[in-house]
Amino acid sequence: MIGRHLLSAQDLTSADAVRILDTAGELATVTDRSVKKLPTLRGRTVVTLFFEDSTRTRISFELAAKRLSADVINFAAKGSSLSKGESLKDTALTLEAMGADAVIIRHGASGAPYRLANAGWIQGSVINAGDGTHEHPTQALLDAFTLRNHLRAGSGDLAGARVAIVGDILHSRVARSNVALLRTLGAQVTVVAPPTLLPYGVDTWPCDVGYDIDDVLPHVDAVMMLRVQAERMAGSYFPNELEYSRRYGLDSRRMALMPAEAIVLHPGPMNRGVEISAEVADSPRAVVVEQVTNGVHVRMAVLYLLLGGGPEELMVEGADR
Amino acid sequence: MPERTVLDASDVRRAVRRMSHEILESAKGVDDLVILGIPTRGVYLARRIAAAIQEIEEIDAIDGHGVPCGSLDITLYRDDLRLREVRALEPTSIPPEGIDGRVVVLVDDVLYSGRTIRAALDALADVGRPAAVRLAVLVDRGHRELPIRPDFIGKNLPTSQSETVHVHLTECDDDDSVTIAQVSQ
Amino acid sequence: MSDSILVRAGRPYGQEPVDIVIDGDRIAAIAEVGTATADRVLDAQGCVVLPGLVDLHTHLREPGREHAETIESGSRAAALGGFTCVHAMANTSPVADTAGVVEQVWRRGIECGLVDVRPVGAVTVGLEGRQMAELGAMASSAAAVRVFSDDGLCVHDPLLMRRALEYVKAFDGVIAQHAQDPRLTEGAQMNESELSGRLGLAGWPAVAEESIIARDVLLAAHTGSRLHVCHVSTAGSVEVIRWAKSRGMPVTAEATPHHLLLTEELVSTFDPVYKVNPPLRRRADVEALRAAVLDGTIDIIATDHAPHPREDKDCEWAAAAMGMLGLETALGIAAQVVTRDEHTRGDGEPSTDWQAIAQLMSVAPARIGRVADQGQPIEPGSIANLAIWDPSVEMTVSGERLASRSGNTPYAGFTLPGAVRHVLFRGRPSVVDGGLA
Repeated sequence: MIGRHLLSAQDLTSADAVRILDTAGELATVTDRSVKKLPTLRGRTVVTLFFEDSTRTRISFELAAKRLSADVINFAAKGSSLSKGESLKDTALTLEAMGADAVIIRHGASGAPYRLANAGWIQGSVINAGDGTHEHPTQALLDAFTLRNHLRAGSGDLAGARVAIVGDILHSRVARSNVALLRTLGAQVTVVAPPTLLPYGVDTWPCDVGYDIDDVLPHVDAVMMLRVQAERMAGSYFPNELEYSRRYGLDSRRMALMPAEAIVLHPGPMNRGVEISAEVADSPRAVVVEQVTNGVHVRMAVLYLLLGGGPEELMVEGADR
Repeated sequence: MPERTVLDASDVRRAVRRMSHEILESAKGVDDLVILGIPTRGVYLARRIAAAIQEIEEIDAIDGHGVPCGSLDITLYRDDLRLREVRALEPTSIPPEGIDGRVVVLVDDVLYSGRTIRAALDALADVGRPAAVRLAVLVDRGHRELPIRPDFIGKNLPTSQSETVHVHLTECDDDDSVTIAQVSQ
Repeated sequence: MSDSILVRAGRPYGQEPVDIVIDGDRIAAIAEVGTATADRVLDAQGCVVLPGLVDLHTHLREPGREHAETIESGSRAAALGGFTCVHAMANTSPVADTAGVVEQVWRRGIECGLVDVRPVGAVTVGLEGRQMAELGAMASSAAAVRVFSDDGLCVHDPLLMRRALEYVKAFDGVIAQHAQDPRLTEGAQMNESELSGRLGLAGWPAVAEESIIARDVLLAAHTGSRLHVCHVSTAGSVEVIRWAKSRGMPVTAEATPHHLLLTEELVSTFDPVYKVNPPLRRRADVEALRAAVLDGTIDIIATDHAPHPREDKDCEWAAAAMGMLGLETALGIAAQVVTRDEHTRGDGEPSTDWQAIAQLMSVAPARIGRVADQGQPIEPGSIANLAIWDPSVEMTVSGERLASRSGNTPYAGFTLPGAVRHVLFRGRPSVVDGGLA
């Protein structure tokens, strides 16, 4: 199906992405009842390997795996090779010795999941839960799932949907994955940021680019607000939070510029008062809580599609009995 | 390999009609009945049975008193997932009344090893607690591998394991028929 | 051993075959093939004979990082690559910023006896960029340092760079600058480009190299001092250097084999074997560097041989060390890149310009480094430092089979169009039939 690993949203074709979303939709239906557990991945071992703190994403994956009856091991790897902790390679070899069928990795270095997948250290599947400023494919998938539910009645792709992504695009793996996946699903994407927070070469990306949020908001079906980190001020990316918020923050006045049916997304955690005002965050047009719920279903779908079939060695020919 | 038709369109229709009568008789009416088809063709058969029952009992389905009918995908409960590439999920749709305390009639096109039904029973157990579960199949071709037996049968069709049985329904195929073909091993 | 040696039927600079007789440490005679005799014969039939290669930019890691490379293992790698002289960069531990350390490195090179090891002296104490090191003491030491560099780091302070350029005039020294503005490249991981934007790796913009070179050529012209630019990597840098030379400014420049062959696309594998400083750049930069090598804007090819132990490359990109091996593959890559269209081989491929290679990899680096005994013409009376290259065998590169103590070569699996057959170092064979003598 989608191969052995999920490392980047750019690797997914439209058919792959729709398949994941459809599977997530079915799983959402099936788990919407008192017994939320399915036996499908019973006996499989899934390891979460988080080199960066992120309770919400880790719990989301853990819940997804447990709902499919997989065993979950949480490996809180605080050290990276840089801080003289156990190296990525040694950690991987340890997990392989424990028989991990899948490793879900979040790491501060872009490309770490690729090393894990390609260096020959482990046999299982690698799922990228966020690597540096590179990609966060399951976030893009749950965002697409959320958008599809609201804009396309939960089926098909996102052809013609207009989505704006606002914030620190330069340092955002969520932005990179979303631009790629939304475009693959046929949506029209505009990224909005001050010039200092746009990557070199963004004009070659499959999206439009804007510096002025007020120009863009009247023409979108959805806006995705990205978190802006205070540390960026030290690098002289913008003068202070107040100016950023004034020029790029989504408050009630700006939300009123959007079409009546347009929705607001945020990958979390939110900086209330900086990129998004408290009123907007709490308004019914903000679907942040839904994104979290959808995250579990999308991650269940990814785990099912990667681990739910056989390894080549076990597969048999012939019709089902 | 030559395919031979063992049931034609009118055979299929008569069998569905007879099974619908039998289901009604055994349940002593439509109260508490829920018909759940196993995708893909089980679902079309389930709808035909529900429609036939409504016709026999002269129920007007439009004002919401129809026989509850839905689908139960068993992919996630299969015991042979690792023998194939990962399979796409089919739709599951449980009627809003649920299945607790009701008589669930599972409907499938062909009964063979019985493993599909075993998976369906596990799936049902996670949905709720029916008062009883009955099994209706259009074709029983034998070779059971588990202690599963059908309650309502369209046609008993003894086959050899080197043969395949195909059910065709107009909802998704060219006609209504059941055919047998020899598979070269 | 003072046996005379006959190098039989080799082709100096790729030209007509001759017999070369070596006696003691010099070339005694050059004769028609089949007419000379000597105590020992090295067959060079079909081979190209070049003056021994001189690397102006090598990292031997000793003292301080001997698990990556030592002066001995580095000398072996150099000899097998056809080199008879290497300039060992100063970023060791302790840093080579005093007469004591450079003399230690120089003596060790003599003990190993495979190549001339010429230590490079640091420009600033501890490479910290604040205070000038004892350049005079290093120049007067037994090591007779003439090349000074903080390579690894940039001499960023313009005043310090000016003073260093002026100071070394007293002993005909040259400052070799690693051009990288530190403020523009903090945390940089790869070339800044559309690719770095997509991959989410911090970029190293070309302007951080070009702006330093532009400043330094103007300083060198102002002070009348010699400037050498290490590992030029961008098309813009080439243009600045071309402009400077057209104005008669005293600048020389080098390019590495990897910057003449590999592009940033390889970084998208996230395999740290491709992580290097300056980073791999775009195809347009590679093309500009090749043209510059052929038209003389770039004076030399230097390897920037940078060994790293396995654990420094066997990890995620951000944690990996920067650098690639180069000594044993340099000549093979140069043979593919330094070509003249008007000479084509039988199969229609442009053929190697061996005269240019001799200039780029031996004569010019010896001149810049002021190494009198190296880069001499292949004629009677010259010191016998010779590299003999066999274009008829192919060499497939493998990290384990290289003589370097480390294995971080980006060319694993590449097939090079030939191999070093023999090397003569000061008249003695250091490499015979492709192996150490």
